[in-house]
Amino acid sequence: MAKKQIYYEDVEVGSEMPALEKISTTQMAVRWAGASGDFNPLHYDDNFAATQGTGGIITHGALKRAWLVQLVTDWIGARGRVKKFACQYRGMDYPRKMATMGDPTEGETWLCKGTVANKKVEDGQHLVECNIWVENGKGEKTTPGSATVILPSKKAKA
Amino acid sequence: MADESILTDEIKAMIGTLSEPVIMEVGRVAIRRYADAVGDDNPLFHEVEDAKAAGYEDLICPPGFWGWPIKGRATIGGMSIVGGVLIKAGLWRILDGGVDQEFYIPIRAGDILTAYSKIADIREREGKAGKMVFTTVETTYLNQNGDTVAVNRATIIAR
Repeated sequence: MAKKQIYYEDVEVGSEMPALEKISTTQMAVRWAGASGDFNPLHYDDNFAATQGTGGIITHGALKRAWLVQLVTDWIGARGRVKKFACQYRGMDYPRKMATMGDPTEGETWLCKGTVANKKVEDGQHLVECNIWVENGKGEKTTPGSATVILPSKKAKA
Repeated sequence: MADESILTDEIKAMIGTLSEPVIMEVGRVAIRRYADAVGDDNPLFHEVEDAKAAGYEDLICPPGFWGWPIKGRATIGGMSIVGGVLIKAGLWRILDGGVDQEFYIPIRAGDILTAYSKIADIREREGKAGKMVFTTVETTYLNQNGDTVAVNRATIIAR
């Protein structure tokens, strides 16, 4: 594993996770539909989306959830575990259209961010509670959430 | 009219309904393909040797991925129960509202999961765009040993 393992003792309340940058595109929506099984045309078909009152095709909530999972699993490393995870799809996000076969048009970039809200040892588990969210290009939190993770402890290792 | 509930008797009667169990097969290809779709290159989801080095028997699923049903579509059973009733009541604009999940045992390639979904709750709320129906579908995933590996509570918003 190339990444350095984070330990319970390394984390303080208020610590920030390294932000994860994402660009939602229509191409990504199609890939996500195929890989997740959610083929709702609201996420890739303009005409259908126009009937849904969303202001256009929107990014799958579950894809934004998966971005947040990546944010957390990147941070906790190979020996960390996710115990609880929640998020709400509060604000709509609109994917960039494609300019070429592989490149999106200019536009919004999303940031996934997280901070440590609390840490505690419970039933022998070293738990860290985090606030996590997806921010759109305007800095609005469209997808707030929370995660409780189990981190390895330096003390337990010895 | 404005004060009238949009919860029809047929919708209310759905609370507590259980789905047929769905059998989910967890394969390496599906895990890699899912992680690729997210843009997630975590070696635990791609490289068997890295997953083994971290103490797992095989690739593990990114939390929130449950493999692929052995027949039919990946949509969890609960949505298929409640979707038809909501649409019939004229609530055909349906969005995902969010999730609340608990993970007990990491899901790995080779697992066969059985998913049981239940309509845990249906309630009405007043939103900016008028009345909406919030449905919570609780899905419990068991592995081939009969252990509960995860519980997923998904909220569906219909209007």
